[in-house]
Amino acid sequence: MPETPPVPVNTEQAPPRPRRWGVILVWGLLLGLLAILGLGLIRSQQGPVGVGAMVPDFTLTTFDGGTIDIRELRGQVVVINFWASWCKPCEQEAAELEQAYQQYKDQGVAFLGVDYVDTDREAMAYLEKFGITYPNGPDLGTRISQAFRIRGVPETYIVGPDGQLAAIKIGPYQSLEEIVRQIETARAAGSPGG
Amino acid sequence: MRPGVWIALAVWVLTLVLAPAAFAQEGPPTDDQVNAIAKQLYCPVCENVPLDVCPTQACQQWRDTIREKLTAGWTEDQITQYFVDQYGARVLATPPATGLNWLVYLLPPLAFAGGAYLLVRALRAWRTPGGSKVAEAGPAPTEDRYVEQLERELRERT
Amino acid sequence: MIAQVGFFIILLSFGLSLYGAAAAGYGGWRGRPAFVESARHAMLLTFPLLSLGALTLIYLLVSGSFQVEYVASVTSRAMPIYLRVTALWGGQAGSLLFWSWLMAAFATAASARRWDRDRELLPWVILVTMGTLAFFLSLVVLFENPFLRLWQTADGQQIAALFQPRGTAPLVPFDGNGLNPLLRHPGMIIHPPMLYLGFVAFVIPFAFAIAALVTRRSDDRWIRITRRWTLFAWLFLSLGLILGMRWAYDVLGWGGYWGWDPVEVAALLPWLVGTPFLHSVIVQEKRGMLKQWNMVLIILTYSSVILATFLTRSGVFSSVHAFAQSAIGPMFFAFIGLTFAASMGLLISRWTDLHSENKLDSMFSREALFLLQNLIFMGIYIVCLWGILFPLISELFTGQKVTVGPPFYERATGPLWGVLLLLMGVAPLSVYGRASWQRLGTALWKPAAASLVLLAALLIGGMRNPAALLGCWLGGLVLAVTAYEFWRGARARHQRHGENFFLALARLAARNRRRYGGYIIHVGVVLMAIGIIGIEIFQTETQGQLALGEQLTLGRYVVTYDGLTQFDTPDDRNVARAVVSVYRDGRRLGELYPRRDFYYASQQSMTIPGVRSSLEDDLYILLVDWEQIAQQGATFKIYHNPLVNYVWLGGLVFIFGTLVAAWPEREQERMRQPVPARAALVEA
Repeated sequence: MPETPPVPVNTEQAPPRPRRWGVILVWGLLLGLLAILGLGLIRSQQGPVGVGAMVPDFTLTTFDGGTIDIRELRGQVVVINFWASWCKPCEQEAAELEQAYQQYKDQGVAFLGVDYVDTDREAMAYLEKFGITYPNGPDLGTRISQAFRIRGVPETYIVGPDGQLAAIKIGPYQSLEEIVRQIETARAAGSPGG
Repeated sequence: MRPGVWIALAVWVLTLVLAPAAFAQEGPPTDDQVNAIAKQLYCPVCENVPLDVCPTQACQQWRDTIREKLTAGWTEDQITQYFVDQYGARVLATPPATGLNWLVYLLPPLAFAGGAYLLVRALRAWRTPGGSKVAEAGPAPTEDRYVEQLERELRERT
Repeated sequence: MIAQVGFFIILLSFGLSLYGAAAAGYGGWRGRPAFVESARHAMLLTFPLLSLGALTLIYLLVSGSFQVEYVASVTSRAMPIYLRVTALWGGQAGSLLFWSWLMAAFATAASARRWDRDRELLPWVILVTMGTLAFFLSLVVLFENPFLRLWQTADGQQIAALFQPRGTAPLVPFDGNGLNPLLRHPGMIIHPPMLYLGFVAFVIPFAFAIAALVTRRSDDRWIRITRRWTLFAWLFLSLGLILGMRWAYDVLGWGGYWGWDPVEVAALLPWLVGTPFLHSVIVQEKRGMLKQWNMVLIILTYSSVILATFLTRSGVFSSVHAFAQSAIGPMFFAFIGLTFAASMGLLISRWTDLHSENKLDSMFSREALFLLQNLIFMGIYIVCLWGILFPLISELFTGQKVTVGPPFYERATGPLWGVLLLLMGVAPLSVYGRASWQRLGTALWKPAAASLVLLAALLIGGMRNPAALLGCWLGGLVLAVTAYEFWRGARARHQRHGENFFLALARLAARNRRRYGGYIIHVGVVLMAIGIIGIEIFQTETQGQLALGEQLTLGRYVVTYDGLTQFDTPDDRNVARAVVSVYRDGRRLGELYPRRDFYYASQQSMTIPGVRSSLEDDLYILLVDWEQIAQQGATFKIYHNPLVNYVWLGGLVFIFGTLVAAWPEREQERMRQPVPARAALVEA
């Protein structure tokens, strides 16, 4: 059975130019694709919220059932620590964080612990193990960690009294002095002339 | 009352009393039951890894959470919803059909329909009505045709 | 010292590729053959230079030169030699160098032909290939330099640099980190090279297509030249994907082979548009149609290759498949923008040159069926592309992270794969040009009847799942049609030449290699489809905790926990190895050894299943939890995967079919003899 019929000579006129809407559609799709890729790339290179930026607004529902709105804490230095019970490095700094809290709680420094994708039972066990008394709550829907664009745990963000981030620590604190140093930086940043 | 009625009543009461006990005695959920639910969920931390196969300690804890909830009598939907509330929509295997997410489900059929439409149009434009015309009725003289065909064959010769 | 020499070789190659692209472009534009020749020489030099550069890196890897940062990051003392060689593509920098080496090799091979009749194409082929090579080398030279050495500053910090920075001392780590344990599997050793071979090989048809567009040629010369390239690119890409599936099946420990992970899907995209391209160019060769569409397809294929490479390496997706985050993202983005826009702009400007030489005669002709196939493949392509882009879009515009997972892809593409199977059965019996559904029906009814018999047999045998029944019926149809085609052709030869059946078959395939090689490849596809249906639809699993001596049942299989040992190995890992006995229908089949390897250096563990494979099914056993062995026993997860080995078998058939299709034909060589008389007639 022959496959190829004789090839007729083409004396047809040339086909019409590509239709305008076709060209616009194609360029539009290309630009759209590049825009998505570009924005995605920028975001992936962005890194966490940086020093000097305003702290993102969020509300934390604590394990005790209370709610804390970050905006109500404006005027204070706030230490926001992201942790998880399954995170081994977090355990290194847990005790020091509690010590820092005890040292500064009467000096107008607030501590908040945000529990990142964790289970309640293990989280409570972790808090009890390290005797942590400052407010902690789960990051429901990972909204808070997404707002801060964290890359992992532990990460700590210290907000100055003016609502701007004064210090950031990626990874566990190595010593109590390190925590104190960052808190002092934040307090100095907020005071007039500082 | 007749004895039959008493017996029926007794059976009825016994069933009511024993039924909850029967449910409670089903035993702890098997690994398979836990996995059946975990299969539909994704690990909140590691990207794109289903929860039933994720080997990390955190995932093990989440599977234990599923087991706990199953023991407490939660349904599959309730457990799934709990995970979504705790960890966000990304634990689901497909985006929940709300808001912008409708786009995920709408666009492929629309694009396909668009492509099919374009194809049909192109096919119609290319069709020769009533079968193929081997040579167009045109004023081109025979010699030119041969020369053109010759040149084309020479170019195309493998 | 050696590292610096290696870098200079790469730098030189980079310079040569830039020069080659520029000189070729200028020579082609201005019609200066001297520049084109010079560009060609530059191109020919890149291959030996890059080979030397790659060999230098391999030498550094094998000799354990941990003062080089790349060597320290992907090798370790405990790794055997062959694994150190494969570490060349184990990290971002080395794999970019490997990609570039392949590009240079293929560009050289593509140019090693007689260019007499196609001189005008040469400059543009060199421009595209050298331009792509220059881009990848720029990434190596500027961002991901595998030859950087480690230096230590006075206060203990580590710096990586090519030359010794002031105030530092050379740092020679005692040992390296070693290759990611997940990458130490045989499948993972061949999978990246195979995938890169496919990706890079598709650059060659693209280069020729661009050359044809630039020189305003509307014939199919570029297709004929690159016909075998396309075939082999397709084969390597398919094998690369199948090997990746095999790796995932053997090593990732979830009893599956494809998770619709965004990086997996990104690597599938070039295949989804390369396969219709492979078919559609046949229509252009036979009937001079679809010229514009073929250009669109090859541009899409090349763009998908670059896009897939970008998505895997830029950190936009994070996945088990992706490389770590890197600074090359923006460069890639610029390159994508440039090449997409330039190719499309060129195509649009040449659109009217590419007029069709023929009309479509019938909706049932082979051209029409090819077009339908193209539409279906593009549908699957759109689903996959959209599926990987949507999570990005969702996060960018609503801040909500979502997962687009297997249910989406399976439901959206399932019916489309089914239609493709149907087309694979019907199209071989169609004819070009004038066709009618009656003629098609006449050709089709016998194989269709045979496939219905198969369907009935399956129903009687107890299969009830509609998707499986449909898939098996369509697969049976394809097999029946293929067998019918072979039988008809062999019988015709037998009647005409008196050859015995097997000789007739062989001669038949030899006479029309592309067609019959293609049929063999289709058989391979059906085998894969059978395997996929088996594991996707009929997989069963169970999990349970067993004390010593206890057993777990799954269907006809019973698995008994016999024992577990734990020990350290010389190559720096801790192995927990369980021994289980497998019984089927009461009969003992043997022992399996699922285990868990913990690598001390990288603190990562790997679960290696114990698998009993046969054509009929796989029994796949994982050791899930062993920490509690002392107290309660070990937890095992068992998968029963029916027919899964047909997937790998299908891959082998691909190789055979491609070899048949691509083998040089003697007919062609005979036709290459010049015909002086006719040539004189034209040139006079």
